Amino acid sequence: MHQLTLAEITRGLADKSFSSEELTGALLARIKQLDPQINSFISITEELALQQARAADARRAAGENSPLLGAPIAHKDLFCTTGVRTSCGSKMLDNFKAPYDATVVAKLAEAGMVTLGKTNMDEFAMGSANESSHYGAVKNPWNLEHVPGGSSGGSAAAVAARLLPAATGTDTGGSIRQPAALTNLTGLKPTYGRVSRWGMIAYASSLDQGGPMARTAEDCALLLQGMAGFDAKDSTSIDEPVPDYSANLNASLEGLRIGLPKEYFGAGLDPRIAELIQASVKELEKLGAVVKEISLPNMQHAIPAYYVIAPAEASSNLSRFDGVRFGYRCEEPKDLTDLYKRSRGEGFGPEVQRRIMVGTYALSAGYYDAYYVKAQQIRRLIKNDFMAAFEQVDLILGPTTPNPAWKLGAKSSDPVSAYLEDVYTITANLAGLPGLSMPAGFVEGLPVGVQLLAPYFQEGRLLNVAHRYQQVTDWHTRAPNGF
Amino acid sequence: MALQRCDVEKIAHLARLGLNEGELPRTTDALNSILGLVDQMQAVDTRGIEPLAHPLEASQRLRPDQVTESNQRDSYQAIAPATENGLYLVPKVIE
Repeated sequence: MHQLTLAEITRGLADKSFSSEELTGALLARIKQLDPQINSFISITEELALQQARAADARRAAGENSPLLGAPIAHKDLFCTTGVRTSCGSKMLDNFKAPYDATVVAKLAEAGMVTLGKTNMDEFAMGSANESSHYGAVKNPWNLEHVPGGSSGGSAAAVAARLLPAATGTDTGGSIRQPAALTNLTGLKPTYGRVSRWGMIAYASSLDQGGPMARTAEDCALLLQGMAGFDAKDSTSIDEPVPDYSANLNASLEGLRIGLPKEYFGAGLDPRIAELIQASVKELEKLGAVVKEISLPNMQHAIPAYYVIAPAEASSNLSRFDGVRFGYRCEEPKDLTDLYKRSRGEGFGPEVQRRIMVGTYALSAGYYDAYYVKAQQIRRLIKNDFMAAFEQVDLILGPTTPNPAWKLGAKSSDPVSAYLEDVYTITANLAGLPGLSMPAGFVEGLPVGVQLLAPYFQEGRLLNVAHRYQQVTDWHTRAPNGF
Repeated sequence: MALQRCDVEKIAHLARLGLNEGELPRTTDALNSILGLVDQMQAVDTRGIEPLAHPLEASQRLRPDQVTESNQRDSYQAIAPATENGLYLVPKVIE
Protein backbone atom coordinates (compact mmCIF):
# COMPACT_ATOMS: atom_id res chain seq x y z
CA MET A 1 0.00 0.00 0.00
CA HIS A 2 2.97 2.29 0.65
CA GLN A 3 3.79 2.39 -3.06
CA LEU A 4 0.57 4.23 -3.88
CA THR A 5 0.70 7.87 -4.86
CA LEU A 6 -1.70 10.34 -3.30
CA ALA A 7 -3.82 10.30 -6.47
CA GLU A 8 -3.98 6.48 -6.39
CA ILE A 9 -4.92 6.61 -2.71
CA THR A 10 -7.76 9.06 -3.34
CA ARG A 11 -9.10 6.73 -6.05
CA GLY A 12 -8.69 3.64 -3.85
CA LEU A 13 -10.54 5.33 -0.99
CA ALA A 14 -13.27 6.55 -3.34
CA ASP A 15 -13.96 3.12 -4.84
CA LYS A 16 -13.61 1.53 -1.36
CA SER A 17 -10.69 -0.73 -2.30
CA PHE A 18 -9.46 -0.01 1.22
CA SER A 19 -10.51 2.12 4.16
CA SER A 20 -8.61 5.05 5.60
CA GLU A 21 -8.19 3.11 8.84
CA GLU A 22 -6.52 0.17 7.01
CA LEU A 23 -4.25 2.51 5.07
CA THR A 24 -3.37 4.57 8.15
CA GLY A 25 -2.55 1.45 10.17
CA ALA A 26 -0.31 0.10 7.40
CA LEU A 27 1.59 3.37 7.02
CA LEU A 28 2.03 3.85 10.77
CA ALA A 29 3.51 0.35 11.00
CA ARG A 30 5.88 1.18 8.16
CA ILE A 31 6.94 4.47 9.79
CA LYS A 32 7.70 2.69 13.05
CA GLN A 33 9.65 -0.01 11.24
CA LEU A 34 11.72 2.16 8.88
CA ASP A 35 11.95 5.67 10.25
CA PRO A 36 14.72 4.84 12.76
CA GLN A 37 17.01 4.50 9.70
CA ILE A 38 16.35 8.02 8.40
CA ASN A 39 15.01 10.01 11.42
CA SER A 40 12.42 11.86 9.34
CA PHE A 41 9.77 12.21 12.05
CA ILE A 42 9.98 14.24 15.27
CA SER A 43 6.52 13.14 16.46
CA ILE A 44 4.36 10.24 15.30
CA THR A 45 0.71 10.96 16.09
CA GLU A 46 -0.63 7.42 16.03
CA GLU A 47 -3.68 7.89 18.21
CA LEU A 48 -4.76 11.10 16.49
CA ALA A 49 -4.22 9.52 13.07
CA LEU A 50 -6.35 6.46 13.78
CA GLN A 51 -9.06 8.67 15.24
CA GLN A 52 -9.01 10.94 12.15
CA ALA A 53 -9.01 7.88 9.86
CA ARG A 54 -12.10 6.43 11.52
CA ALA A 55 -13.80 9.83 11.31
CA ALA A 56 -12.92 10.05 7.60
CA ASP A 57 -14.30 6.55 6.97
CA ALA A 58 -17.51 7.58 8.74
CA ARG A 59 -17.78 10.76 6.64
CA ARG A 60 -17.35 8.69 3.48
CA ALA A 61 -19.92 6.15 4.63
CA ALA A 62 -22.29 9.08 5.12
CA GLY A 63 -21.89 9.96 1.44
CA GLU A 64 -19.11 12.54 1.49
CA ASN A 65 -16.62 12.20 -1.31
CA SER A 66 -14.09 15.06 -1.21
CA PRO A 67 -10.81 13.97 -2.82
CA LEU A 68 -8.48 14.23 0.20
CA LEU A 69 -10.91 12.58 2.62
CA GLY A 70 -9.03 9.86 4.53
CA ALA A 71 -5.71 10.41 2.74
CA PRO A 72 -2.53 10.60 4.86
CA ILE A 73 -0.31 13.63 5.43
CA ALA A 74 2.55 14.71 7.70
CA HIS A 75 3.36 18.30 8.55
CA LYS A 76 6.74 19.92 8.77
CA ASP A 77 7.20 20.57 12.48
CA LEU A 78 6.73 24.32 12.17
CA PHE A 79 3.02 24.15 11.35
CA CYS A 80 1.23 24.59 14.68
CA THR A 81 -0.98 21.67 15.72
CA THR A 82 -3.30 21.90 18.71
CA GLY A 83 -2.15 19.66 21.53
CA VAL A 84 0.67 18.09 19.51
CA ARG A 85 4.22 19.36 20.02
CA THR A 86 5.42 21.89 17.42
CA SER A 87 9.18 21.98 18.00
CA CYS A 88 10.48 23.79 14.91
CA GLY A 89 13.43 21.41 15.26
CA SER A 90 14.60 23.39 18.29
CA LYS A 91 15.31 22.80 21.96
CA MET A 92 13.62 26.19 22.41
CA LEU A 93 10.23 24.65 21.51
CA ASP A 94 10.79 21.06 22.66
CA ASN A 95 7.98 21.54 25.21
CA PHE A 96 5.71 23.71 23.01
CA LYS A 97 2.18 22.55 22.31
CA ALA A 98 0.38 25.23 20.33
CA PRO A 99 -3.09 26.24 21.53
CA TYR A 100 -4.30 26.42 17.89
CA ASP A 101 -3.91 24.85 14.43
CA ALA A 102 -2.10 26.58 11.57
CA THR A 103 -4.51 27.49 8.75
CA VAL A 104 -2.85 24.89 6.48
CA VAL A 105 -3.30 22.20 9.14
CA ALA A 106 -6.91 23.21 9.76
CA LYS A 107 -7.76 23.29 6.03
CA LEU A 108 -6.29 19.86 5.36
CA ALA A 109 -7.96 18.40 8.46
CA GLU A 110 -11.23 19.93 7.33
CA ALA A 111 -10.74 18.26 3.93
CA GLY A 112 -10.45 14.99 5.86
CA MET A 113 -6.71 14.37 5.72
CA VAL A 114 -5.18 12.12 8.36
CA THR A 115 -2.11 13.50 10.17
CA LEU A 116 0.48 10.76 10.70
CA GLY A 117 2.96 13.03 12.44
CA LYS A 118 5.30 15.99 12.40
CA THR A 119 8.47 15.87 10.33
CA ASN A 120 12.04 16.73 11.17
CA MET A 121 13.58 19.97 9.89
CA ASP A 122 16.53 22.28 10.25
CA GLU A 123 16.18 24.31 13.44
CA PHE A 124 13.76 27.19 12.72
CA ALA A 125 14.02 26.23 9.02
CA MET A 126 17.56 27.59 8.85
CA GLY A 127 19.63 25.19 6.82
CA SER A 128 20.00 23.23 3.60
CA ALA A 129 21.02 19.84 4.98
CA ASN A 130 18.68 19.07 7.88
CA GLU A 131 21.71 18.77 10.13
CA SER A 132 20.86 21.63 12.51
CA SER A 133 17.82 19.92 14.07
CA HIS A 134 17.79 19.48 17.85
CA TYR A 135 16.40 16.00 17.11
CA GLY A 136 19.37 14.89 15.04
CA ALA A 137 20.20 14.86 11.35
CA VAL A 138 17.87 13.32 8.78
CA LYS A 139 19.43 10.79 6.40
CA ASN A 140 18.80 10.62 2.68
CA PRO A 141 16.99 7.34 1.81
CA TRP A 142 18.95 7.22 -1.47
CA ASN A 143 22.19 6.96 0.48
CA LEU A 144 22.12 6.97 4.26
CA GLU A 145 25.53 8.66 4.44
CA HIS A 146 24.21 11.71 2.61
CA VAL A 147 22.01 14.63 3.63
CA PRO A 148 18.42 14.85 2.34
CA GLY A 149 18.62 18.62 1.88
CA GLY A 150 16.77 21.12 4.01
CA SER A 151 15.13 22.71 5.66
CA SER A 152 12.12 20.46 4.87
CA GLY A 153 14.44 17.45 4.97
CA GLY A 154 12.19 15.28 7.17
CA SER A 155 9.20 15.72 4.88
CA ALA A 156 11.39 14.94 1.86
CA ALA A 157 13.03 11.85 3.35
CA ALA A 158 9.71 10.47 4.64
CA VAL A 159 8.02 10.75 1.24
CA ALA A 160 11.09 9.50 -0.64
CA ALA A 161 11.23 6.44 1.66
CA ARG A 162 7.57 5.71 0.90
CA LEU A 163 6.58 6.19 4.54
CA LEU A 164 3.67 8.23 3.20
CA PRO A 165 2.67 9.74 -0.16
CA ALA A 166 2.92 13.47 0.58
CA ALA A 167 3.89 16.01 3.21
CA THR A 168 3.83 19.75 3.74
CA GLY A 169 6.98 21.83 3.59
CA THR A 170 7.96 25.48 3.67
CA ASP A 171 10.35 27.35 1.42
CA THR A 172 12.18 30.55 2.43
CA GLY A 173 15.23 30.17 0.17
CA GLY A 174 14.65 26.77 -1.42
CA SER A 175 13.58 24.61 1.52
CA ILE A 176 10.91 22.72 -0.46
CA ARG A 177 12.59 22.59 -3.86
CA GLN A 178 16.14 21.71 -2.77
CA PRO A 179 15.25 18.69 -0.56
CA ALA A 180 12.74 17.58 -3.23
CA ALA A 181 15.58 17.64 -5.78
CA LEU A 182 17.96 15.77 -3.49
CA THR A 183 15.47 12.97 -2.72
CA ASN A 184 13.78 12.49 -6.14
CA LEU A 185 10.49 14.24 -5.29
CA THR A 186 8.27 16.87 -6.84
CA GLY A 187 7.98 19.95 -4.63
CA LEU A 188 6.25 23.25 -5.22
CA LYS A 189 6.84 26.65 -3.65
CA PRO A 190 3.74 28.70 -4.44
CA THR A 191 3.56 32.43 -5.15
CA TYR A 192 4.17 34.50 -2.00
CA GLY A 193 0.75 34.95 -0.38
CA ARG A 194 -0.93 31.96 -2.08
CA VAL A 195 -0.80 29.69 1.00
CA SER A 196 -1.56 31.12 4.44
CA ARG A 197 1.38 31.65 6.77
CA TRP A 198 -0.88 31.83 9.82
CA GLY A 199 0.29 29.36 12.45
CA MET A 200 3.46 28.63 10.51
CA ILE A 201 6.34 29.58 12.81
CA ALA A 202 8.01 32.50 11.06
CA TYR A 203 11.62 32.55 9.88
CA ALA A 204 11.67 35.38 7.30
CA SER A 205 8.14 36.64 6.84
CA SER A 206 8.56 38.33 3.46
CA LEU A 207 10.03 35.13 1.96
CA ASP A 208 8.33 32.19 3.78
CA GLN A 209 5.77 30.17 1.86
CA GLY A 210 4.26 26.75 2.55
CA GLY A 211 3.71 24.18 -0.19
CA PRO A 212 3.30 20.51 -1.12
CA MET A 213 5.95 17.79 -1.43
CA ALA A 214 5.04 14.51 -3.11
CA ARG A 215 6.31 12.06 -5.69
CA THR A 216 4.34 13.42 -8.65
CA ALA A 217 3.05 16.72 -9.99
CA GLU A 218 -0.44 15.25 -9.96
CA ASP A 219 -0.12 14.69 -6.20
CA CYS A 220 1.24 18.20 -5.63
CA ALA A 221 -1.82 19.56 -7.48
CA LEU A 222 -4.16 17.65 -5.17
CA LEU A 223 -2.38 18.79 -2.04
CA LEU A 224 -1.95 22.41 -3.13
CA GLN A 225 -5.69 22.51 -3.80
CA GLY A 226 -6.25 21.80 -0.13
CA MET A 227 -3.62 24.28 1.10
CA ALA A 228 -4.10 27.38 -1.08
CA GLY A 229 -6.49 30.25 -0.56
CA PHE A 230 -7.06 33.61 1.04
CA ASP A 231 -6.82 33.80 4.83
CA ALA A 232 -7.85 36.95 6.66
CA LYS A 233 -5.61 35.90 9.56
CA ASP A 234 -2.45 36.22 7.42
CA SER A 235 -1.85 39.91 6.73
CA THR A 236 0.09 39.15 3.52
CA SER A 237 -2.33 36.54 2.17
CA ILE A 238 -3.43 37.40 -1.36
CA ASP A 239 -7.13 37.50 -2.16
CA GLU A 240 -7.09 35.82 -5.59
CA PRO A 241 -9.36 32.98 -6.69
CA VAL A 242 -7.81 29.49 -6.46
CA PRO A 243 -7.98 27.68 -9.81
CA ASP A 244 -8.59 23.93 -10.16
CA TYR A 245 -4.96 22.75 -10.20
CA SER A 246 -5.82 19.27 -11.49
CA ALA A 247 -7.97 20.50 -14.39
CA ASN A 248 -5.17 21.50 -16.76
CA LEU A 249 -2.52 18.91 -15.92
CA ASN A 250 -2.80 17.41 -19.39
CA ALA A 251 -2.89 20.69 -21.33
CA SER A 252 -0.69 20.75 -24.43
CA LEU A 253 2.82 22.21 -24.25
CA GLU A 254 2.74 23.10 -27.95
CA GLY A 255 4.41 26.47 -28.38
CA LEU A 256 5.27 26.87 -24.69
CA ARG A 257 8.23 29.25 -24.51
CA ILE A 258 10.86 28.08 -22.01
CA GLY A 259 13.79 30.31 -21.06
CA LEU A 260 17.15 28.87 -20.01
CA PRO A 261 19.01 31.53 -18.00
CA LYS A 262 22.65 31.39 -19.02
CA GLU A 263 23.64 32.28 -15.43
CA TYR A 264 22.16 28.94 -14.27
CA PHE A 265 24.51 26.94 -16.46
CA GLY A 266 27.80 28.67 -15.63
CA ALA A 267 30.71 27.82 -13.36
CA GLY A 268 29.79 25.97 -10.19
CA LEU A 269 27.26 23.62 -11.80
CA ASP A 270 28.21 19.94 -11.74
CA PRO A 271 28.56 19.08 -15.47
CA ARG A 272 26.74 15.78 -14.93
CA ILE A 273 23.74 17.73 -13.62
CA ALA A 274 23.99 20.13 -16.59
CA GLU A 275 23.74 17.13 -18.91
CA LEU A 276 20.62 15.77 -17.19
CA ILE A 277 18.99 19.21 -17.28
CA GLN A 278 19.68 19.45 -21.03
CA ALA A 279 18.12 15.99 -21.46
CA SER A 280 14.97 17.18 -19.65
CA VAL A 281 14.87 20.19 -21.98
CA LYS A 282 14.97 17.81 -24.97
CA GLU A 283 11.97 15.91 -23.58
CA LEU A 284 10.02 19.13 -23.20
CA GLU A 285 10.95 20.14 -26.76
CA LYS A 286 9.57 16.81 -27.98
CA LEU A 287 6.34 17.77 -26.22
CA GLY A 288 6.19 20.99 -28.23
CA ALA A 289 8.04 23.51 -26.06
CA VAL A 290 10.24 26.13 -27.68
CA VAL A 291 13.48 26.91 -25.89
CA LYS A 292 15.57 30.05 -25.85
CA GLU A 293 18.48 31.39 -23.85
CA ILE A 294 17.73 34.27 -21.53
CA SER A 295 19.67 36.25 -18.94
CA LEU A 296 19.01 37.01 -15.27
CA PRO A 297 22.02 39.27 -14.78
CA ASN A 298 21.54 39.94 -11.06
CA MET A 299 21.25 36.30 -9.99
CA GLN A 300 24.74 36.28 -8.50
CA HIS A 301 23.72 39.00 -6.02
CA ALA A 302 20.80 37.01 -4.63
CA ILE A 303 22.67 35.06 -1.95
CA PRO A 304 24.36 38.13 -0.37
CA ALA A 305 21.03 40.01 -0.38
CA TYR A 306 19.19 37.00 1.06
CA TYR A 307 21.70 36.69 3.91
CA VAL A 308 20.79 40.22 4.98
CA ILE A 309 17.02 40.13 4.47
CA ALA A 310 16.35 36.68 5.93
CA PRO A 311 18.52 37.12 9.06
CA ALA A 312 17.14 40.65 9.61
CA GLU A 313 13.58 39.35 9.57
CA ALA A 314 14.60 36.33 11.65
CA SER A 315 16.23 38.48 14.34
CA SER A 316 12.95 40.32 14.69
CA ASN A 317 10.68 37.25 14.45
CA LEU A 318 12.72 35.21 16.90
CA SER A 319 12.72 37.94 19.54
CA ARG A 320 9.41 36.45 20.74
CA PHE A 321 11.28 33.47 22.20
CA ASP A 322 12.13 35.10 25.50
CA GLY A 323 11.64 32.36 28.09
CA VAL A 324 8.61 34.17 29.52
CA ARG A 325 5.42 33.18 27.71
CA PHE A 326 6.21 29.79 26.17
CA GLY A 327 9.14 27.61 25.20
CA TYR A 328 12.42 26.97 26.97
CA ARG A 329 13.39 28.83 30.15
CA CYS A 330 16.85 28.53 31.73
CA GLU A 331 17.27 27.28 35.30
CA GLU A 332 17.40 29.84 38.14
CA PRO A 333 17.73 33.15 36.28
CA LYS A 334 19.30 35.78 38.49
CA ASP A 335 17.49 38.70 36.85
CA LEU A 336 15.34 39.40 33.78
CA THR A 337 18.29 40.04 31.43
CA ASP A 338 19.91 36.83 32.57
CA LEU A 339 16.62 35.01 31.94
CA TYR A 340 16.46 36.32 28.36
CA LYS A 341 20.10 35.74 27.58
CA ARG A 342 20.47 32.27 29.00
CA SER A 343 17.08 31.02 27.79
CA ARG A 344 17.97 32.13 24.25
CA GLY A 345 21.63 31.14 24.47
CA GLU A 346 20.76 27.64 25.72
CA GLY A 347 17.54 27.20 23.69
CA PHE A 348 18.84 28.16 20.22
CA GLY A 349 21.46 26.16 18.34
CA PRO A 350 24.55 27.72 16.73
CA GLU A 351 23.15 28.34 13.22
CA VAL A 352 20.06 30.08 14.58
CA GLN A 353 22.25 32.22 16.86
CA ARG A 354 24.49 33.17 13.94
CA ARG A 355 21.57 34.30 11.82
CA ILE A 356 19.99 36.25 14.68
CA MET A 357 23.30 38.06 15.20
CA VAL A 358 23.81 38.79 11.48
CA GLY A 359 20.29 40.24 11.41
CA THR A 360 20.79 42.22 14.59
CA TYR A 361 24.00 43.68 13.18
CA ALA A 362 22.45 44.52 9.79
CA LEU A 363 19.57 46.34 11.47
CA SER A 364 21.64 48.16 14.09
CA ALA A 365 22.17 51.91 14.08
CA GLY A 366 24.59 53.07 11.39
CA TYR A 367 24.42 49.88 9.30
CA TYR A 368 20.78 49.85 8.23
CA ASP A 369 21.28 51.67 4.91
CA ALA A 370 24.44 49.81 3.97
CA TYR A 371 22.89 46.42 4.60
CA TYR A 372 19.11 46.26 4.79
CA VAL A 373 18.21 49.01 2.32
CA LYS A 374 20.93 47.87 -0.08
CA ALA A 375 19.63 44.29 0.05
CA GLN A 376 16.09 45.47 -0.65
CA GLN A 377 17.33 47.45 -3.66
CA ILE A 378 19.03 44.32 -4.99
CA ARG A 379 15.78 42.48 -4.34
CA ARG A 380 14.07 44.85 -6.78
CA LEU A 381 16.80 44.35 -9.40
CA ILE A 382 16.24 40.58 -9.15
CA LYS A 383 12.50 40.97 -9.50
CA ASN A 384 13.01 43.29 -12.49
CA ASP A 385 15.19 40.65 -14.17
CA PHE A 386 12.35 38.13 -13.90
CA MET A 387 9.73 40.59 -15.13
CA ALA A 388 11.86 41.33 -18.21
CA ALA A 389 12.43 37.58 -18.80
CA PHE A 390 8.71 36.78 -18.57
CA GLU A 391 8.07 39.23 -21.41
CA GLN A 392 9.98 36.84 -23.67
CA VAL A 393 9.17 33.42 -22.20
CA ASP A 394 6.35 31.64 -20.34
CA LEU A 395 8.54 29.61 -18.01
CA ILE A 396 12.13 29.53 -16.83
CA LEU A 397 14.01 26.24 -16.48
CA GLY A 398 17.31 25.34 -14.86
CA PRO A 399 18.90 23.05 -12.30
CA THR A 400 17.43 23.13 -8.77
CA THR A 401 20.84 22.66 -7.16
CA PRO A 402 24.44 22.90 -8.40
CA ASN A 403 25.43 19.57 -6.80
CA PRO A 404 23.78 16.34 -5.70
CA ALA A 405 23.30 15.63 -1.96
CA TRP A 406 26.56 15.97 -0.05
CA LYS A 407 27.84 13.72 2.73
CA LEU A 408 26.58 14.26 6.26
CA GLY A 409 28.92 16.67 8.02
CA ALA A 410 30.75 17.72 4.83
CA LYS A 411 29.68 21.35 5.06
CA SER A 412 28.91 21.76 8.73
CA SER A 413 32.16 23.50 9.68
CA ASP A 414 31.71 26.23 7.02
CA PRO A 415 28.17 27.65 6.95
CA VAL A 416 28.87 29.83 3.89
CA SER A 417 29.71 26.79 1.73
CA ALA A 418 26.24 25.38 2.44
CA TYR A 419 24.62 28.78 1.73
CA LEU A 420 26.04 28.70 -1.80
CA GLU A 421 24.12 25.50 -2.59
CA ASP A 422 20.91 27.59 -2.66
CA VAL A 423 22.13 29.77 -5.53
CA TYR A 424 19.39 28.67 -7.97
CA THR A 425 16.43 28.66 -5.59
CA ILE A 426 16.79 31.87 -3.57
CA THR A 427 15.85 34.26 -6.39
CA ALA A 428 12.27 32.93 -6.54
CA ASN A 429 11.79 33.76 -2.84
CA LEU A 430 13.21 37.26 -3.23
CA ALA A 431 10.89 37.88 -6.20
CA GLY A 432 7.94 35.99 -4.62
CA LEU A 433 7.54 33.75 -7.69
CA PRO A 434 6.24 30.17 -7.76
CA GLY A 435 8.83 27.45 -8.39
CA LEU A 436 8.76 23.68 -8.75
CA SER A 437 11.45 21.02 -8.64
CA MET A 438 10.95 17.65 -10.28
CA PRO A 439 13.12 14.54 -10.74
CA ALA A 440 15.45 14.63 -13.75
CA GLY A 441 17.81 11.69 -13.24
CA PHE A 442 20.67 10.48 -11.06
CA VAL A 443 24.36 11.15 -10.52
CA GLU A 444 26.16 8.28 -8.78
CA GLY A 445 22.86 6.99 -7.46
CA LEU A 446 21.83 10.39 -6.05
CA PRO A 447 18.79 12.22 -7.41
CA VAL A 448 18.95 15.42 -9.48
CA GLY A 449 16.17 17.98 -9.77
CA VAL A 450 15.15 20.33 -12.55
CA GLN A 451 13.56 23.60 -11.49
CA LEU A 452 10.74 25.44 -13.26
CA LEU A 453 9.84 29.05 -12.41
CA ALA A 454 6.65 30.80 -13.57
CA PRO A 455 5.03 34.24 -13.31
CA TYR A 456 2.92 35.04 -10.25
CA PHE A 457 -0.03 32.70 -9.58
CA GLN A 458 0.86 30.31 -12.41
CA GLU A 459 1.26 27.27 -10.18
CA GLY A 460 -1.15 25.47 -12.51
CA ARG A 461 1.21 25.96 -15.45
CA LEU A 462 4.15 24.59 -13.44
CA LEU A 463 2.12 21.51 -12.47
CA ASN A 464 0.95 21.07 -16.06
CA VAL A 465 4.50 21.07 -17.46
CA ALA A 466 5.78 18.77 -14.70
CA HIS A 467 2.87 16.37 -15.21
CA ARG A 468 3.39 16.17 -18.96
CA TYR A 469 7.10 15.57 -18.37
CA GLN A 470 6.27 12.81 -15.90
CA GLN A 471 4.05 11.13 -18.50
CA VAL A 472 7.06 10.61 -20.77
CA THR A 473 9.79 9.96 -18.17
CA ASP A 474 10.04 7.55 -15.24
CA TRP A 475 12.61 9.19 -12.95
CA HIS A 476 9.88 10.09 -10.46
CA THR A 477 8.76 6.45 -10.17
CA ARG A 478 12.15 5.20 -8.96
CA ALA A 479 12.36 4.17 -5.32
CA PRO A 480 15.48 4.01 -3.14
CA ASN A 481 16.84 0.52 -2.31
CA GLY A 482 15.56 -0.81 0.99
CA PHE A 483 12.47 1.39 0.93
CA MET B 1 36.30 45.88 8.37
CA ALA B 2 36.15 42.62 10.31
CA LEU B 3 34.20 42.23 13.53
CA GLN B 4 36.27 41.91 16.68
CA ARG B 5 35.40 39.83 19.69
CA CYS B 6 34.05 42.93 21.48
CA ASP B 7 31.75 43.71 18.52
CA VAL B 8 30.32 40.20 18.70
CA GLU B 9 29.75 40.58 22.43
CA LYS B 10 27.88 43.82 21.79
CA ILE B 11 25.71 42.26 19.03
CA ALA B 12 24.95 39.27 21.25
CA HIS B 13 23.89 41.65 24.02
CA LEU B 14 21.60 43.56 21.63
CA ALA B 15 20.06 40.23 20.57
CA ARG B 16 19.87 39.07 24.21
CA LEU B 17 21.86 35.95 23.40
CA GLY B 18 24.01 34.56 26.17
CA LEU B 19 27.11 33.32 24.33
CA ASN B 20 29.44 30.79 25.78
CA GLU B 21 32.94 32.33 26.35
CA GLY B 22 34.55 29.36 24.67
CA GLU B 23 32.45 29.73 21.52
CA LEU B 24 33.29 33.40 20.99
CA PRO B 25 36.31 32.97 18.67
CA ARG B 26 34.44 30.50 16.45
CA THR B 27 31.31 32.66 16.38
CA THR B 28 33.41 35.72 15.47
CA ASP B 29 35.02 33.83 12.57
CA ALA B 30 31.67 32.53 11.32
CA LEU B 31 30.05 35.98 11.44
CA ASN B 32 33.00 37.50 9.58
CA SER B 33 32.74 34.83 6.94
CA ILE B 34 28.99 35.51 6.50
CA LEU B 35 29.53 39.28 6.41
CA GLY B 36 32.27 38.74 3.83
CA LEU B 37 29.66 37.08 1.62
CA VAL B 38 27.15 39.84 2.34
CA ASP B 39 29.67 42.58 1.52
CA GLN B 40 29.69 41.44 -2.12
CA MET B 41 26.49 43.53 -2.32
CA GLN B 42 28.51 46.73 -2.12
CA ALA B 43 29.78 46.19 -5.68
CA VAL B 44 26.25 46.43 -7.09
CA ASP B 45 25.18 49.78 -8.49
CA THR B 46 21.80 50.47 -6.87
CA ARG B 47 21.64 54.24 -7.36
CA GLY B 48 18.06 55.35 -7.87
CA ILE B 49 16.63 51.86 -7.20
CA GLU B 50 13.68 51.88 -4.82
CA PRO B 51 13.92 49.22 -2.08
CA LEU B 52 11.47 46.30 -2.42
CA ALA B 53 9.91 45.11 0.85
CA HIS B 54 6.99 42.99 -0.38
CA PRO B 55 7.53 40.91 -3.52
CA LEU B 56 4.08 41.73 -4.93
CA GLU B 57 4.24 45.27 -3.55
CA ALA B 58 0.99 44.77 -1.69
CA SER B 59 0.23 47.19 1.09
CA GLN B 60 -0.95 46.25 4.55
CA ARG B 61 -4.57 45.15 4.56
CA LEU B 62 -6.70 46.84 7.22
CA ARG B 63 -9.76 45.48 8.99
CA PRO B 64 -12.53 47.10 11.02
CA ASP B 65 -11.52 47.73 14.62
CA GLN B 66 -13.75 45.07 16.13
CA VAL B 67 -13.23 42.44 18.78
CA THR B 68 -13.02 39.10 16.96
CA GLU B 69 -11.25 36.89 19.48
CA SER B 70 -12.46 35.53 22.77
CA ASN B 71 -10.26 35.53 25.87
CA GLN B 72 -8.09 32.40 25.92
CA ARG B 73 -5.76 33.37 28.73
CA ASP B 74 -5.92 29.97 30.41
CA SER B 75 -4.97 27.98 27.33
CA TYR B 76 -2.18 30.44 26.46
CA GLN B 77 -0.80 30.37 29.99
CA ALA B 78 -0.98 26.59 30.22
CA ILE B 79 2.20 26.49 28.10
CA ALA B 80 4.08 29.23 29.97
CA PRO B 81 7.16 28.39 32.07
CA ALA B 82 5.74 30.11 35.19
CA THR B 83 2.47 31.87 35.95
CA GLU B 84 0.52 32.91 39.02
CA ASN B 85 -3.05 34.23 39.24
CA GLY B 86 -3.18 34.76 35.48
CA LEU B 87 0.14 36.64 35.37
CA TYR B 88 3.45 35.60 33.81
CA LEU B 89 6.18 35.27 36.41
CA VAL B 90 9.68 36.65 35.82
CA PRO B 91 12.54 37.47 38.23
CA LYS B 92 12.08 40.64 40.25
CA VAL B 93 12.67 43.70 38.03
CA ILE B 94 12.44 46.54 40.58
CA GLU B 95 14.48 46.23 43.75
